[in-house]
Amino acid sequence: MNAPMSIQDRGTPRALRERLVVIGNGMAGCRAVEEILARDPDRYAITIFGAEPRVNYNRIMLSPVLAGEKAFDDIVINAAEWYTDNAITLISGDPVAQIDRGTQTVIGKSGRVEPYDKLLIATGSDPFIIPVPGKDLAGVVTFRDLDDVDKMLAAAEAGKAHGGGTAVVIGGGLLGLEAAHGLSLRGMQVTVIHLMPTLMERQLDEAAGWLLKAELERRGQVILTGADTAEIVGKDGHVSAVKLKDGREIAADIVVMAVGIRPATGLAKAAGIEVERGIMVDDHMVTSDPAILAVGECVQHRGTCYGLVAPLWDMCRALADAATWSGATDAPTGYAGSVTSTKLKVSGIDLFSGGDFSGGDGAEDIVMRDAARGIYKRVVVKDNRVVGAVLYGDTADGNWYFDLLKKGDDISDIREALIFGQAFASGGAPLDPNAAVAALANDAEICGCNGVSKGRVVQSILDGACSLDAVRATCKASASCGSCTGLVESLLAITLGDEFAGERAIKTVCKCTSFGHDDVRRLIVEKGLKAIPQVMQELHWSTPDGCASCRPALNYYLLCAWPGEYEDDQKSRFVNERMHANIQKDGTYSVVPRMWGGLTNPRELRAIADVVDKFNAPMVKVTGGQRLDIFGIKKEDLPAVWADLNAAGMVSGHAYGKSLRTVKTCVGSEWCRFGTQDSTGLGVKLEHLTWGSWMPHKFKIAVSGCPRNCAEATIKDFGVICVDSGYELMVGGNGGIKLRGTDLLCKVATEAEAMRICAAFIQLYREQAHYLERTAPWIERVGLDHVKAGLFDDPEAIERLAARFRYSQSFMQDDPWAKRAAGEDSELHQHLAEVRPLMPSAITVETVS
Amino acid sequence: MIGDWLDIGPVGQIAPGNARTLPVRGGAEIAIFHTLDNQFYALVNSCPHKQGPLSQGIVHGNVVTCPLHNWNISLKSGEALGEDKGCVPTIPLRVDAGRIYLLREAVVGGNPSAQAA
Ligand code: SRM
Ligand SMILES: Cc1cc2nc3c(=O)[nH]c(=O)nc-3n(C[C@H](O)[C@H](O)[C@H](O)COP(=O)(O)OP(=O)(O)OC[C@H]3O[C@@H](n4cnc5c(N)ncnc54)[C@H](O)[C@@H]3O)c2cc1C
Ligand code: SF4
Ligand code: FES
Repeated sequence: MNAPMSIQDRGTPRALRERLVVIGNGMAGCRAVEEILARDPDRYAITIFGAEPRVNYNRIMLSPVLAGEKAFDDIVINAAEWYTDNAITLISGDPVAQIDRGTQTVIGKSGRVEPYDKLLIATGSDPFIIPVPGKDLAGVVTFRDLDDVDKMLAAAEAGKAHGGGTAVVIGGGLLGLEAAHGLSLRGMQVTVIHLMPTLMERQLDEAAGWLLKAELERRGQVILTGADTAEIVGKDGHVSAVKLKDGREIAADIVVMAVGIRPATGLAKAAGIEVERGIMVDDHMVTSDPAILAVGECVQHRGTCYGLVAPLWDMCRALADAATWSGATDAPTGYAGSVTSTKLKVSGIDLFSGGDFSGGDGAEDIVMRDAARGIYKRVVVKDNRVVGAVLYGDTADGNWYFDLLKKGDDISDIREALIFGQAFASGGAPLDPNAAVAALANDAEICGCNGVSKGRVVQSILDGACSLDAVRATCKASASCGSCTGLVESLLAITLGDEFAGERAIKTVCKCTSFGHDDVRRLIVEKGLKAIPQVMQELHWSTPDGCASCRPALNYYLLCAWPGEYEDDQKSRFVNERMHANIQKDGTYSVVPRMWGGLTNPRELRAIADVVDKFNAPMVKVTGGQRLDIFGIKKEDLPAVWADLNAAGMVSGHAYGKSLRTVKTCVGSEWCRFGTQDSTGLGVKLEHLTWGSWMPHKFKIAVSGCPRNCAEATIKDFGVICVDSGYELMVGGNGGIKLRGTDLLCKVATEAEAMRICAAFIQLYREQAHYLERTAPWIERVGLDHVKAGLFDDPEAIERLAARFRYSQSFMQDDPWAKRAAGEDSELHQHLAEVRPLMPSAITVETVS
Repeated sequence: MIGDWLDIGPVGQIAPGNARTLPVRGGAEIAIFHTLDNQFYALVNSCPHKQGPLSQGIVHGNVVTCPLHNWNISLKSGEALGEDKGCVPTIPLRVDAGRIYLLREAVVGGNPSAQAA
């Protein structure tokens, strides 16, 4: 413990001043004292208790200290002289153990008793420790003060002996990522474990979180999102690994817990001061006891607890205004709360987030992405005011947006140019987004793929290229990935003025993008895009996370392009595909098990009958697709229903999917007096070949044993009409509102040939059609000749397409019901919790999963 | 005031972009949504159009598209968006230290939207 600092006499003798005791020698406590001294240096005799055995320093700079960019001396805010010069008694290394409001004293751990007239609690926060086994092992540290930094540095030092050592950081928020960055600069192999799917999810949206993750991974950190810690494993009392709930185990010489903070309210609560999440204060930072003030992260003001420094500065000003108010001037207005913004202090990563970017009614997103430079900017505007901003890659305008946000300035005048930043939007600057392009230097690169400068594009326009296609043909700008198309169009508009016809005629996927389906599909493959946020970034999506139209489309396109590699995104699927059943008007589901080629047997029929009985299904019906449909099943019961059907050998019929539905057959040569071939047998084989496949839309097959066509094969996506000499293969039919009969694709001699062409045709459709385009409208759009050319022009095409289909099927033919029945995604079928006993008194909530 | 909020468990129970349900008195359900922007909202799980279960819709921005006939419902206000007219009651919700809380009165009382947080 340090001795009290000497007291310098000045102004009012110390003994006559009011006694102000401060608990907490941190950022808020000392700033409050500074603000008071600035207003009235003689008012109080000040004593500060600090639990840490050191002077007041800038806590946020612990990250650069850990990273080796700063030393402790660089981050000291108030050195020993400050205390001496201002006659402050610093009692450091002696935490206050008790507040006695009756005698107006505080009692230190050492037993020291200090009386007060006014008490200021500024105890900050305590790191939250997740209650997992092993949390108390040596080597589990938090990130809050200098001692924590020293422990991490010691671990990094020890790790040097064996190639760097391993660190696990639990928590992918601001603190965790700064710890991870520091440790990795110190030579450790770092793994970040984050419960949520997005890093820094409180500050970042999915798009920016994805960019951040990709960059950290590029730097060699391992980032595990959606990962839940089960246990910290120890060896000889020291941590050795972290075990996740999914069974994975990650070696660790040190574990940093950075999952969040809790306001340090223990002292206040014990003293009977009003506390909720934080110590309750009014706008003048006064607690429920008028002699006691509180400030900093430990307080709760108008329902909010803060975890950043900016609000503390405002609080400290309000506190000092009130604590030094003499009554001679107008009463101080007090603290009204803060909007906060965040920057991540990781060198080389520019990231800014401020305000509320959850949108809301009438809120509008303005999004700008520059894939080549890794930039994502999103500004949320509501009622002509900026309400939030997320910037990644270029944060130069962060403060400007934040300023607009805090002031609530009306931005309607600069709306069009807002996203281009302050330079374009303010100071009487042009309002037209084209102006931003006009302002670019002549040698500014427009097309990254072909290295075309603005000057060259303008030149080729002046030379007569008056349309986008002409520019593409002459100087190659926008001819490859197309992401600079908007820029080229601006240049056309600027250069040609009224002569430029404008708008391209392509139909875009949805209003989130200027690309059409074909371009999106092509670019996914060409650029090797493998995740939805990646597609949105690289193709300059104009919304942060897409919409109900583009998300399912992208999910399908990625699934089709990267079989076995792309992980299906459940949340981008319509309810039926997510639940593997058909939702009904009353919110229950119908269940249709597969009946191969329309065949069934006593075992299946009994199982269906049993399910109907057991789950009180109100109806069971033969469908138009030759199988049985069980109605009225509750989402909670679905896994049990499937388990029973699985037990009888039945799998999902995908009656709900943009996928292979039914294969209808007729009895064929086995029984029918007109039958020419085994249509039933071929239908069963075709269904075994094609079931489970995801498609742009639903896909139906039928096989009729003769041209009488009892299986209605000529209104199916793929139909087979058996004839004496072989099989006529028909494509592009459907029933529905707009009936379309099939076209003859070709005639083959053998079953094997029919199956090969079926596989190839399906794959061509899967790879080329637009999402939600059935084979009939697809063929109407591209023409039968195009389909025939794709299949038959190159003699190898059939085999290549069929091989790709079979490869994709090797991942798809996995009954989704079986996985659910075994417990996968159980949260989709269970309620979150149950309120029991469903009565207003004595309520308990039981968590289900 | 803490007592006025019902703890319904950790945020990790609902993946972003998804919703889960909480059955309450009288057979009704509350749907709790987790958006891709990591906001949480609670609504009565019944579309103002024809009572479709909103918990089963696709969530984008802070809107859910009803699974039955694709009405878009604001998660913030419960209001139907665009041309459609109607409103579903919202339930005040708060997230604190990684747990989700619903306003007790709104969960057990008869009139969920009447009270504000
Ligand atoms: C259950 C069933 C009716 C029945 O009781 O027989 C049925 C039920 C539905 N059909 Fe169908 N169709 C059923 C056979 C058919 C058939 C007959 C067939 O397959 O031979 C057709 C005409 C053939 C065709 O598809 O071209 C058929 C053409 C449609 C269409 C129009 C398709 C088109 O391309 O225009 C729709 C609307 C759509 O998909 O957008 C549709 C949509 C629907 C939906 C999914 C409506 C919806 O979006 O909710 C119905 C789901 C009810 C449910 O919840 O289960 N259903 N539907 C049949 C299930 C077959 C199966 O075993 O999987
Ligand atoms: C590594 C790190 C990086 C950060 N980066 C940023 C950033 O980039 N931007 C940002 O805005 N914020 C950042 N923060 C948060 C910021 O540091 C805090 O918001 C700020 O320090 C809070 O100030 P405070 O005074 O309330 O708490 P503190 O600064 O924690 O001060 C509280 C002090 O009270 C002491 N104390 C507690 N109990 C007692 C007791 N019983 N008796 C005596 N003393 C006691 C504590 O030891 C501590 O010294 C960061 C925090 C950390 C840990
Ligand atoms: S015909 Fe119409 S009402 Fe009948 S099942 Fe098909 S979609 Fe529903
Ligand atoms: S019930 Fe929701 S849109 Fe019809």
